Amino acid sequence: MDLIAQIEAEQIAQLGKTIPDFKPGDTVRVGYKVTEGNRTRVQNYQGVCIARKNGKGISGSFTVRKISFGEGVERVFPLYSTNIEYIEVVRRGRVRRSKLYYLRSRRGKSARIAEDSNYKPVSGEAEA
Amino acid sequence: MLRSGVIAKKLGMTRLFMEDGRQVPVTVLQLDGCQVVAQRTPEKDGYCAVQLGAGTAKPKRVSKAMRGHFAVAKVPPKRKLAEFRVDPENLIPVGAEISADHYVEGQYVDVSGTSIGKGFQGAMKRHNFGGLRASHGVSISHRSHGSTGQCQDPGRVFKGKKMAGHMGAVRVTTQNLQVVRTDPERGLIMVKGAVPGAKGGWVTIKDAVKKPLPENVAKPAALKTNGAAAEAGEATEAAQPAEGGEA
Repeated sequence: MDLIAQIEAEQIAQLGKTIPDFKPGDTVRVGYKVTEGNRTRVQNYQGVCIARKNGKGISGSFTVRKISFGEGVERVFPLYSTNIEYIEVVRRGRVRRSKLYYLRSRRGKSARIAEDSNYKPVSGEAEA
Repeated sequence: MLRSGVIAKKLGMTRLFMEDGRQVPVTVLQLDGCQVVAQRTPEKDGYCAVQLGAGTAKPKRVSKAMRGHFAVAKVPPKRKLAEFRVDPENLIPVGAEISADHYVEGQYVDVSGTSIGKGFQGAMKRHNFGGLRASHGVSISHRSHGSTGQCQDPGRVFKGKKMAGHMGAVRVTTQNLQVVRTDPERGLIMVKGAVPGAKGGWVTIKDAVKKPLPENVAKPAALKTNGAAAEAGEATEAAQPAEGGEA
């Protein structure tokens, strides 16, 4: 393990975050800290995870897409951001791609994702 | 007060997540046995500086002359040597090893290194020229530099004209990088932003010339306390190196 990887592993341990096991296609709810003036509150953002990037390392991120007032909205969250209060998996989706960018050109019925009814959690400590 | 810099090795980049939600891109620089190899004094050399060495070189691969130079200083052979101009009161005794808390968090530094070589590059990449049009009669020369001058008078291309040529692999200094975190145990300095050079390359870090030096920096330098030769000499400045070592 080189020193950079070691520093990143230490930082992940120090942040002490529990990242649930989720993948593209899953519907997730993200609690994101918002600062208004000198007051902070947690804002919920719920949508479909359409991409995960750069793995489970410190630089990992994921994209959540939702339809807000008829307009598609996408937000990219760093996996280990200190602004994220929690990540919850609302629904498991069954998809066959790792990047669901095709959802951008779809609306309504064709933008649905089938539920993964026989979801199996990753065995062991794969999710750090 | 001109203070010595350090020689460091660029390990690579990562990011730090701060408590207040910020994330900071940092370059990790490592001090690898950064010791004073020689002093330059006004009496002997006409100027005042310290010569630092870093890394470890195989004695077999070091020339006999350099082996003698290291033997005089009683330090192991170093891979990289560099001189730093200092004020006479900031001279560091020979053999002392500089620790990473030489820099305090939040202070600004200038980092110099050899940039990554790009080889022979065209004018568009090398000098940000715009190139020629994609159509309207332009053929073959879409990425060319265009005109290089006038006509029969002056009848030549002026010296220094920006043209295609070798790019990169030159000494580059990035100024005013903020020190985000230091780790004296492992000898790590993390600065915000990018630093010239490839991973594993040697860079020199100096206090920023364009920013005021914070008051709580160690003078003449933050030294590792186990440096055997650290106690030798520098009787006048004895109090200051000691406090630098604790910090």
